[in-house]
Amino acid sequence: MAQQLLDRYIAGSSVIHALDARVKLVLTIALIVCASLLPVGAWLALTAFTALVWAAIIASGVGLPTILRRSLLALPFLLVVVTVIFSVPGRPIFRLPLGFVTLTATDAGLLRFITIVWKSWISMQAALLLTATTHFLDVLRALQALHMPKIIVALMSFMYRYLFILVEEAQRLLRARDCRSAALQGSGGGSLLWRAQVTGRLVGTLFLRSFERSERIYVAMLSRGYTGELRSLRAQTLDRRDLRVGLVVGAILLIITAQAFVG
Amino acid sequence: MAIHELELPKLHTTTPAITLNQLSFAYPDGRVALQNVSVTINSGEKVALVGPNGAGKSTLLLHLNGVLGALDGSVRIADVEVRRDTLRKVRALVGLVFQDPDDQLFSPTVFDDVAFGPLHMGLAEAEVRARVVWALEQVGMQGFEDRMPHHMSVGQRKRVAVATVLSMEPQVLALDEPSAGLDPRARRGLVDLLQSLSQTMLVSTHDMRLIAEVFPRTIILANGQVAHDAPTDEILSNRALLEEYGLEMP
Amino acid sequence: MLDVLVRSLVLALHISDGLLSTSISALFWILTVACVAWAVQRTNRALDDRQVPLMGVMAACIFAAQMLNFPIAGGTSGHLLGGALAAIVLGPWAGVLVMTCVVALQALLFQDGGIVVMGANIFNMGVLTALSGSAIFYGLIRLTGRQSWGLMVSGFIAAWVTVVLSAALTSAQLAASGTASATVVFPAMIGVHMLIGIGEGLITTAALSFLLATRPDLLPAWLGNELSGKSRPISTRQILGTGLVIAVLLALLSPFASSAPDGLESVLERLGVAGSSGPTATSPVGVLPDYTIPGLEGGLSTILAGLVGVLIVVAIGYSIAMLIRRRRSVARDTKSMTTS
Repeated sequence: MAQQLLDRYIAGSSVIHALDARVKLVLTIALIVCASLLPVGAWLALTAFTALVWAAIIASGVGLPTILRRSLLALPFLLVVVTVIFSVPGRPIFRLPLGFVTLTATDAGLLRFITIVWKSWISMQAALLLTATTHFLDVLRALQALHMPKIIVALMSFMYRYLFILVEEAQRLLRARDCRSAALQGSGGGSLLWRAQVTGRLVGTLFLRSFERSERIYVAMLSRGYTGELRSLRAQTLDRRDLRVGLVVGAILLIITAQAFVG
Repeated sequence: MAIHELELPKLHTTTPAITLNQLSFAYPDGRVALQNVSVTINSGEKVALVGPNGAGKSTLLLHLNGVLGALDGSVRIADVEVRRDTLRKVRALVGLVFQDPDDQLFSPTVFDDVAFGPLHMGLAEAEVRARVVWALEQVGMQGFEDRMPHHMSVGQRKRVAVATVLSMEPQVLALDEPSAGLDPRARRGLVDLLQSLSQTMLVSTHDMRLIAEVFPRTIILANGQVAHDAPTDEILSNRALLEEYGLEMP
Repeated sequence: MLDVLVRSLVLALHISDGLLSTSISALFWILTVACVAWAVQRTNRALDDRQVPLMGVMAACIFAAQMLNFPIAGGTSGHLLGGALAAIVLGPWAGVLVMTCVVALQALLFQDGGIVVMGANIFNMGVLTALSGSAIFYGLIRLTGRQSWGLMVSGFIAAWVTVVLSAALTSAQLAASGTASATVVFPAMIGVHMLIGIGEGLITTAALSFLLATRPDLLPAWLGNELSGKSRPISTRQILGTGLVIAVLLALLSPFASSAPDGLESVLERLGVAGSSGPTATSPVGVLPDYTIPGLEGGLSTILAGLVGVLIVVAIGYSIAMLIRRRRSVARDTKSMTTS
């Protein structure tokens, strides 16, 4: 169960899947940076970026609906942005009476709102495409190749390895708690303090087990020659073709972005 | 296939693979775990270590590669005495496999895990890759290089756990409860695997059927001391002895 | 409806891509990289090779612990952010690294929070919570004389403050990027997180007391040393330094927070947004937020006032700390004389 929750990778053999993870990571970041640079109302550039991302999604074969569905989960994040509709000065379009105050929506506010939401939505889809077509371990290897500090990469790969085990452990603890406290559901039995205490103890238990596990892992590492230094095999050299793809798409991103400022 | 980068001492038939001499150990909290344990295991021998929980079995195994240091007495692997300055050599000689494969397999992929030992022995990349292939073949898990441990069954994880030390080409294998938690088929596979491996073995277990099938010699540990050290047949046929230490007939 | 609102405000702590201006994103990347680099160096200096598996598993543990929730009221549930707990138990630097991994993995694997804005997210939920959480906790337990009630109270306050600070800084970043109205976002985010923080505080306290009661030996030596008064893993100067940084940060944010009752317009005017109405449609939101430096003039006095206030508070706090330390060292001297 935890596995379905935690595995975001959708296996496939498309060109997008086959593209070097480093190129994919850099291009995704480049696209998100370019999108965030766009001015309000750069509709042409936003449309072009959307077309680009959608083309890549379709080429990847993971399915546009899948990515769009996943991207909807991010909608609540955008709620705070609604406030700009009413806060940016401009020509009033409509009024929203809310009891003691009346909010006035402006055209400039609305344009900015749409721009921000669109940017955010494209960025989200690009990131979703990256995780759907690139195994997380390849993302980590790409980060290492891009000179992320070794210790961070090591910590994240440990984290990824034990995520599954600890999330399952957390679910077991939760189930055990719910079995013993039938009143907790619905009626919300017990005081807030008591409920927090129970949860705190679960967190403490999880912490404890993690401590103990890390000690055992440490012994296992020691037994296999670990001396405090982390070693890894050298990364493979970047394929010429992948590099070319990266450069071409990168250039397209730059042109679209520049166009928004010139036009 | 092996290209030895490390100078491994050659084993002579006259040199025992494991020599424990008057080994004693107590944990920092004062709990005595081992008391004057003396055991000699010859090269190629397969020995089972039995006894109730808390008898000191795991503690003893942790002494073999110097993860725990003896308070008193000595541990020798082949002709290398386990000391602070011989740890690297000793850890290449002794492959220690822990009970929970999730502790043993700490890397995200099977390849990374099996390669961890050879990499940290300082072997060259080509040799590391060759050893991973060879070790996985030994345990019948070839082709699993890119798999992640959490996508595998317990039995498969146990096999890979053995491969993670085989890739270091150890001369001694020390296994802690290898058959715990396995279903009958996975257990069968493990028995076959242990029989096929030629290394000297010291294996702690509660599984008397496994002992009867694989290990000709059995050591009973109780309260940190060697209570009995005899051929397995002899121990298994002594009903009174088995009952005394809470062991079951296979 | 209300719980949807509250939930989305809680989620808003994970800022998505596109919600921060490029300059704010870049600024917080710089701050985050500096802090994480410092943390890496400090952890390397500790030279304990146990740290790598410990921190890696702990990061997974914090991630999993965030899934343990409990119902508060009205459909909202409390859960752990974990920064304060991690920093208290593992130490501030390890806490920073652990939380950095948690936030980074959430963004890279689950798109909880964006990629280009990750610098800000790591700073808000990782660096800020770990550093302020441990500074407040260790400062307070010294003041309470390491009593067990003091431990609980300190843990609660530290955890509560980290959540509120996180929310405040997130709101400030959104407001400064021009992607949310300051007058709405500040009270809403801070208000909700003052409630959420209670959950964080209670869970942190309960987890701490559980750990101390069951296996105090498992806790890293340095927490034990602090509790037994043997040595001080964090110096008083470091605690005061962190406090000062946080206070200055808050003072700088105060003009955003002081929302005038006469509606959005006045604040926006103060920020200079109102001045640039009209052709705003073509002004690049990303590169430069709409307000300019002269626009901050109105807020400048607030900032200065805030800074003066901070200095006074720090001065008072420092003298109290010095007084306590002197009295304690005198007591220790007399004790060592009688024993020798």
